[in-house]
Amino acid sequence: MNEQSNWLAACRVEDAIENGGVCVKHGEDQIALFYFTRRNEWYATQNECPHKKQMALSRGMIGSTTGEPKVACPFHKKTFSLSTGECLSGDECAIKTYPVKVENGTVYIGTTPKS
Amino acid sequence: MKEPQIIVIGNGMVGYKFCEKLRSKSSSFNLIVFGEEPRRAYDRVHLSEYFNGKTAEDLSLSTENWYQEQNITLFLNNPVTKINRDLKKVYTANGLDYSYDILVFATGSGAFVPNIPGIEKEGVFVYRTIEDLDLISSYAKKAKTASVIGGGLLGLEAAKALIDLGIEKTSIIEFAPRLMPRQIDAAGSDMLKSKLADLGLQIHLNKNTTGIEGDGRITALKFSDDTALDVDMLVISAGIKPRDELAKACGIEVGPRGGIVVDEKMQTNDPAVFAIGECALYDGMIYGLIAPGYEMAEVLAANLCKGDKTFTGFDMSTKLKLIGIDVASFGDNFITEPDCRTIIFENKHKGIYKRINVSNDGQYLLGGILIGDATAYNLLLQTSNNKIVLPEDPAELILGARGGSESAGGAGITGLPDTALICSCEGVSKGDICSAVADVSCENIDDLKKCTKAGTGCGGCLPMVKDLMTHTLKSQGKYIKNVMCEHFNYSRQELFDLIHIHELKSYDEVLDALGKNDGCEVCKPLVSSLLASLWNEMILKKGNDVAQDSNDRFLANIQKGGSYSVVPRVPGGEITPDKLIVIGEVAKKYNLYTKITGGQRIDMFGAHLNDLPIIWEELIAAGFESGHAYGKGLRTVKSCVGSTWCRFGLHDSVSFAIRIEERYRGIRAPHKFKSAVSGCIRECAEAQSKDFGIIATEKGWNLYVCGNGGSKPQHALLLATDLDSETCIKYIDRFLMFYIRTADPLTRTATWLNKMEGGIDYLRNVIINDSLGMAAQWENEIENLIASYKCEWKEAVENPAIRKRFSHFVNAPEDKDPTIEFVEMRGQKRTAEWKTV
Repeated sequence: MNEQSNWLAACRVEDAIENGGVCVKHGEDQIALFYFTRRNEWYATQNECPHKKQMALSRGMIGSTTGEPKVACPFHKKTFSLSTGECLSGDECAIKTYPVKVENGTVYIGTTPKS
Repeated sequence: MKEPQIIVIGNGMVGYKFCEKLRSKSSSFNLIVFGEEPRRAYDRVHLSEYFNGKTAEDLSLSTENWYQEQNITLFLNNPVTKINRDLKKVYTANGLDYSYDILVFATGSGAFVPNIPGIEKEGVFVYRTIEDLDLISSYAKKAKTASVIGGGLLGLEAAKALIDLGIEKTSIIEFAPRLMPRQIDAAGSDMLKSKLADLGLQIHLNKNTTGIEGDGRITALKFSDDTALDVDMLVISAGIKPRDELAKACGIEVGPRGGIVVDEKMQTNDPAVFAIGECALYDGMIYGLIAPGYEMAEVLAANLCKGDKTFTGFDMSTKLKLIGIDVASFGDNFITEPDCRTIIFENKHKGIYKRINVSNDGQYLLGGILIGDATAYNLLLQTSNNKIVLPEDPAELILGARGGSESAGGAGITGLPDTALICSCEGVSKGDICSAVADVSCENIDDLKKCTKAGTGCGGCLPMVKDLMTHTLKSQGKYIKNVMCEHFNYSRQELFDLIHIHELKSYDEVLDALGKNDGCEVCKPLVSSLLASLWNEMILKKGNDVAQDSNDRFLANIQKGGSYSVVPRVPGGEITPDKLIVIGEVAKKYNLYTKITGGQRIDMFGAHLNDLPIIWEELIAAGFESGHAYGKGLRTVKSCVGSTWCRFGLHDSVSFAIRIEERYRGIRAPHKFKSAVSGCIRECAEAQSKDFGIIATEKGWNLYVCGNGGSKPQHALLLATDLDSETCIKYIDRFLMFYIRTADPLTRTATWLNKMEGGIDYLRNVIINDSLGMAAQWENEIENLIASYKCEWKEAVENPAIRKRFSHFVNAPEDKDPTIEFVEMRGQKRTAEWKTV
């Protein structure tokens, strides 16, 4: 885990979508933020699906496969691990993942990718 | 109005069953139950399992909260001691009194204790209640030898219990010349006796006990033939005695040898007083089995709820496993020649005895006895009860067919009529069981027991229930279980019924109740589709928005680049100039690309997510509604212009198309479905390429089903001809519900039909002849869906919580996605090509 110095205040907890994603604007960048309420976990990844370069992952369905949390791109259902960013279907390249923390009801995304 | 008050005296199996049956039919009675035992009603049939580690709670028939949940007042340890019929009151041991409008005796029976000198001595027990078992069990610790008086069913159970308790020498004393004198004949008794002897049980037949010896506590038994037997303890199981003393004391008529006299309605000589179970004497007979007791409970409960049922005696066939040995008798077990022909099979080596009594013409099975191997019992019982014609050599019934085939017993279970009573305790027929398997997807014994209650009484029918289940599953080709994904171990059809039965309304509820872990992109849209097909609630409510497929989630089709398309419904393809203008104005205002679709409506492309609600607000204000182009449901009903303009048109195809489109709009299905109506045989609407298509004829409409275009085009097949409009719609109703209920996920009607055994002929039989008997239910279900239709977009724009989700950035709600790019083409915009990867 790398040291985070830049924490982006993304939204309030109540603005996030339970068991779904929202898109967070970070300058010119877009980050998908997922509130996995069922597992009581937060994840953040790049919003762009590497398959067809679409800004869409935040609108994808989340779920799990053999315990691994994942998101499915709404365009062609490519799935990516939310914890590692690895592509779980086919050989698309991995997506960037970001650390998330919640403090006093505000959700923060560490803007330096985990890997 | 005050509700009538029913008092039930007795909280045994039959009393409990009466409460259960009454409550399942009506809640409009005050129900009070008095029991003298300290615990809730328990399973007395399997009482001896108490010695094999089952607890009193395991044996209990109800859960602790059941009586409360059912609004039944239960008094335990509080027997009724007196009844005043003039005042209609009962008085209880704790000094209280209660009024009744209807009084039910379910007092059961006690052990019959013969009047033998010394019977009061310590170490003499009866075998009737859990308390009796506790006493026996604690006394047995210091006993080495024990006897049971009574070689009947219960006596053998008691003897088995004593062996289990570690008594070294256990014997059975029977007055009659054979064991189980009510069930089996002398030859059967001999076989049973030798098998019991193998297990270390001594059997004394023809023994009349005349005295119990011992100084305060039992030490020996004395018999009329001047012999004696040293024993440390004795269990009396010499039969039952109906508990009629309370009834007798208040002047209710009882039989000369006990039992409260009842008629076929279970009514005593006092019209307000009834008796059921082992305390009741019907037609001079006490029915000492559980099944007839339950039947009596059913008769009384039904009649109190304005039913009209009668008890007319009961089949006393039984099958049980005694100390590991099968013993069964059925039908007329003792009938002998010349009134029948008897076929006997005996194998002393294996300890098997089988006897069947066949009618003199060889046609029917009258009854029989089975010792040592009763696997054929259920089939034999059914063969006899249902008067199924026997095979040429009836011996095959007990020997098995020698041709090597499995067809012993006519056609086996398949040959039984649907009305054949399989579980006599609960009155469950073959038809009930098969339909629970086929229609409610009960695919294991536990589900089946819960659903039908079959096998929950004595359990004797369970092997046959299992066979029926397996057979039904097989006939449906259901062996390869078509599960959805790792989160749900069910097929779509199973989930449909389960969600329906459990009335689950959100994806999370379904996952919690029926699935595991977190779900995924496969099961989420599937379950969402089922929820929509079942309840037709706004799909974005209850947290279901995140369980929708991407298009359903934003009520629009996501397009290349991340913009959305907007498609209002244009029923039948008919649209006024004013509405055309509105579409044009909206498209211009929001810079949308417009195109006429294949389904005779207008698609507007290139809308930003943020703009969707405001676009729809304007369209709705102009009288448009959602076209569900994004949903797995009805898309369009195309039409040709029909008889209103066309010189060939036979009927008004446009009006009929509009009617149909408005009827089925918004209904979710396993996949999208399309329709069309043509006004004549020239078929300009291309109805034969649709999931259902309608073509006008001279006399009415021809209905075609299961066609589609797409990657594998398939012509629709003719289902019915020359229908009037109402019948045509009725058939479409049934067709759609059958499809919605049974198709696999994402299966169009054409593929669904291709997989259907029997094909279009089978489908026609189901739809037109109602061969499954489901038509009325389906019509009702689709009416509910039609009645609950609302425009999703109208609900979405009016609901602030849902509307809030139509923005791209959570932290910049006004900003649109800046990465969406358009380029110009032929005077309109189009989306930029996929960015190079």
